[in-house]
Amino acid sequence: MSIAWLWWGMFAFAMVVTVGVVGLWLYAMRRNPDPNPDHSEAGRTARVQQRLVIGGGLILPITSIVLLLVVGVPIGQRMQPQLTTAGEEAVFIEVTGHQWWWEVSYPGTGVTLENTLHIPAGIPVNIQLRSNDVIHSFWVPRLAGKLDAIPGRTNILRLQADEPGTYYGQCAEFCGLQHTHMRFTVEAHTQADFDIWLSEVQQ
Amino acid sequence: MIERDSGATEALHHRMQAVWANPKGWGALSAVNHTTVGLRFMATGIVFFLIGGLLAMLMRTQLALPEQDILGPELYNQVFTMHGTVMMFLFAIPVLEGLSMYLIPKMIGARDLLFPRISAFGYYCYLFGGVIILSSLVLGMAPATGWFMYTPLSDANYAPGPGSDFWLLGITFVEISAVAAGVELVVSILFSRANGMTLRTMPIFCWYILAMSVMIIFGFPPLILASILLELERTAGMVFFDVTRGGDPLLWQHLFWLFGHPEVYILFLPAAGIVSTLIPVFSNRPLVGYRWVVLSIILIGFISFGLWAHHMFTVGIPRLALAFFSVASMLVAIPTGVQLFSWLATLWSGRVEYNLPMLWIVGFLVIFVCGGLTGVMLALVPFNWQVHDTYFVVAHMHYVLVGGMLFPLIAGFYYWLPHLSGRMPTERLGRWGFWFTFSGFNLTFLLMHVTGLMGMPRRVYTYQAGVGWDWLNLLSSVGGFVMAVGVAMIMMDIALHFRFGRLAPANPWHADTLDWAMRMPPPSYNFASLPTVNTRHPLWDNPELPAAIAAGEHALIDITHGRRETYGTDAITGRIREIIHLPGNSWLPLQAALALAIVTICLLMRAYPVALLSTVAALFFLLRWSWHNGGHPRAQPLRDDEPVDPLLHSRTRRGPGLWGMLTTLLADGTLYLSLLFGWFYLWAAAPQWVVPAQRVFTQGSGLLSITPLLLLLASGVILTVAVIWYARGLTRLRTGNADRLQNCLLVVTGLGLLHFLLLLWVLLSAGLKPTEQAHDSLLVVMLVYLLLHSALAVVLTGMQARRVTLGYVSEKLPYEPEVLKPFWMYILGIFWSAVAAFVLLPLAWGGV
Repeated sequence: MSIAWLWWGMFAFAMVVTVGVVGLWLYAMRRNPDPNPDHSEAGRTARVQQRLVIGGGLILPITSIVLLLVVGVPIGQRMQPQLTTAGEEAVFIEVTGHQWWWEVSYPGTGVTLENTLHIPAGIPVNIQLRSNDVIHSFWVPRLAGKLDAIPGRTNILRLQADEPGTYYGQCAEFCGLQHTHMRFTVEAHTQADFDIWLSEVQQ
Repeated sequence: MIERDSGATEALHHRMQAVWANPKGWGALSAVNHTTVGLRFMATGIVFFLIGGLLAMLMRTQLALPEQDILGPELYNQVFTMHGTVMMFLFAIPVLEGLSMYLIPKMIGARDLLFPRISAFGYYCYLFGGVIILSSLVLGMAPATGWFMYTPLSDANYAPGPGSDFWLLGITFVEISAVAAGVELVVSILFSRANGMTLRTMPIFCWYILAMSVMIIFGFPPLILASILLELERTAGMVFFDVTRGGDPLLWQHLFWLFGHPEVYILFLPAAGIVSTLIPVFSNRPLVGYRWVVLSIILIGFISFGLWAHHMFTVGIPRLALAFFSVASMLVAIPTGVQLFSWLATLWSGRVEYNLPMLWIVGFLVIFVCGGLTGVMLALVPFNWQVHDTYFVVAHMHYVLVGGMLFPLIAGFYYWLPHLSGRMPTERLGRWGFWFTFSGFNLTFLLMHVTGLMGMPRRVYTYQAGVGWDWLNLLSSVGGFVMAVGVAMIMMDIALHFRFGRLAPANPWHADTLDWAMRMPPPSYNFASLPTVNTRHPLWDNPELPAAIAAGEHALIDITHGRRETYGTDAITGRIREIIHLPGNSWLPLQAALALAIVTICLLMRAYPVALLSTVAALFFLLRWSWHNGGHPRAQPLRDDEPVDPLLHSRTRRGPGLWGMLTTLLADGTLYLSLLFGWFYLWAAAPQWVVPAQRVFTQGSGLLSITPLLLLLASGVILTVAVIWYARGLTRLRTGNADRLQNCLLVVTGLGLLHFLLLLWVLLSAGLKPTEQAHDSLLVVMLVYLLLHSALAVVLTGMQARRVTLGYVSEKLPYEPEVLKPFWMYILGIFWSAVAAFVLLPLAWGGV
């Protein structure tokens, strides 16, 4: 998954920077320059200093930021909920947060569930998030980032399970006494199984 | 070396002490000296730190093993809420303020801060507020909604108990002290530096504190406003955050993080200031790139206010806004990087002394670099969606706060310990303490990154066994306790050093700044004589300076008049402009703070009549305080033998009071702008915002069917006339003509009163229904805000008129009316802009 790649990339980069900066720093502390440097020596030290401040303070962070944005922004774009393009199939599910459970309903089918989502694997699912009381946050770590359910608003989260299986989710915004236990599961089926499940549960 | 008569030096010391010393016994509670107050701030802060640490231990005990029920959800939620609250509001900010209060006058060569009674008042507000907040924990009714108090979880429906009230009222009370300290530090740094100390030669630490204080002035008012609004929603049933009646819970989040993000940099800047002070001293070289560092301090201040929404990446805000906040968050890495590398370059150039404070600085570096890098990662939106509200964020935050604030702070404590005690810290126990703290900290929080990446959310009181989080949590808990042992060792080390430490020589670290140019422990007057400073490193350039200062070879050594004096200087050049006479010890700060504490407690118990009475009492003490100023016999009545060149500040037209007023108005204005922001935000973004069908201002009702709009405009015209009248009176006074001064002040008082009454009539006759609509709630708050300001201005102007009769204000004492003038101008400004925003704009919009 792209987020995972992003993480390992950032992690490696961060390790290099940390080790580099701390190493340089320790070296600078151990270094014992001549207490009475002659003229050329002093000039060289001044140049090194200037390079350190400009190189480390300006160039290093700016390059890092540019790199991060170049890599990260496209990934973010892909994760944004998009309107379904023509011909694309998508499932719409309404999820409402309550203290301390999730109400899941499939519009147009009359199906309502508690703390369980059934989705077809392999196609995008648009989840309309609402809250009935306080702010909750809908999060299935292995499927998508989290999005808040806010009273009075509807947020749309797009997620997709590539493989059928069971995925675990939980509320990620502190919502009171039993916040800890506000968990839920996402069951991803193949399209055929999903259709069978839907027609069974409708009856 | 010049021979100096030590007897004469001692005699001068005793003469100074007679005027400046604190009273003994109970009287010590009336002390206002910055050294004393600063130490009280720090000592109290450390006590709160230990309490906050104890709460953390409780949490780690609960989380050590899966599915434990030692605390249970009720208690656990209280404990984590209080841990955050105590550490942020009762430890971190006050300790840094205390350190700044202690150090700033010493570094800039002044004898005290410019508003000593404010220092003491701020301390008592902090102490009482902190005790009130903590008492909720003892009573078992502590807030349990997180230190960020998100609505609607914290409103009256979902948090019916008094927990949230404790938080909102207590924190607001504590924040008064923070803003007071911010104002005082800004004015002191800018206007009381040693003669000749320009902004460019000011010690770098002062730049950091200046930036911190300015950020406090702009950063805290949004939270103060948000707390007041939420408290009004909880107790008076008004609407600001309730979505069903036209409010919006996201307004709380905006206001909270408008404060909350600058807050992080408010904590980081002074700590970085400590690093920037210590590194040059221990490298024996001036700081490389002083100007770059100053620039990056200012940049951090600016950028940090553009970051607040990066705490809200998951609420579903527009894509463009996301990109903006994401980039802005990353930009902070640049000024931070500049500082980091100028420290590195300083170390590069010098021979580094490797001792206990430096050890802590290195610890700071390692932890802070890690924390900074995870911060840049978090600023990347898609990554943030994944780890927001997990233990990854907990780990990041503790790396930044503990690494970026606590470690430098402890380095600073060790560095300035000899200054306070006259004894050197011991190296051995101190090193043990460092290594325990450092390894315990990393064990706890390094692993939390992994726990977070594995999906463990924050703020859960327990977790399931077998998800893979067990061993991580156990090790984190072990690390937490190792760190606690380290902290205990440091405390013991510091306590023991007061008795067993070896005596410190003068300027033991061979430092360059004026804070070491005094005897240790510091005398209450700091400097027996005030030197002229033309260099950034006065003690390196002239090692004889401390002795010369103590021997009275510099300025302002006459103390026979019994005044506490320091120089008032120009903000940029540091040239002397006036002699500032400072008030002595006073009970008024304690009395006023006590009265305010009673107000807070009564509001908590909903005993409103008593609350009203004690508000009146608090007002009485505060006005009495302002009465004992200037030419009052308890301050400095006019005498024949006064200094003429320069004058005493209360004989001039500008002095610290004027700057204090302007700086306070900046804070007040930020509060006002936050309120306007709330109005526009709800108007534009609240999902169920409703403008009442009934026209609020243009509909006649009550007496004579005069419409409130007409009343409002009449009230505004009268206010405008009053302010013009006041300004003209002042112009006459400036030409030395005080004949009709009293008349003028009385007319302004009368007009102001008329304006106030008309405005009150508007409030009462407009038929507002603040419990039904957010629209009306905001209108009521705005009107009350205007009314309070007008009322205060009327009372203060009336008092000035009376002071003319008593001779405390005259052509020779024109100071106080000048101080009051900006307040009138401010009221004029807020009145008309409120009319524009609340009446004209909606009218033009076709609403009201």
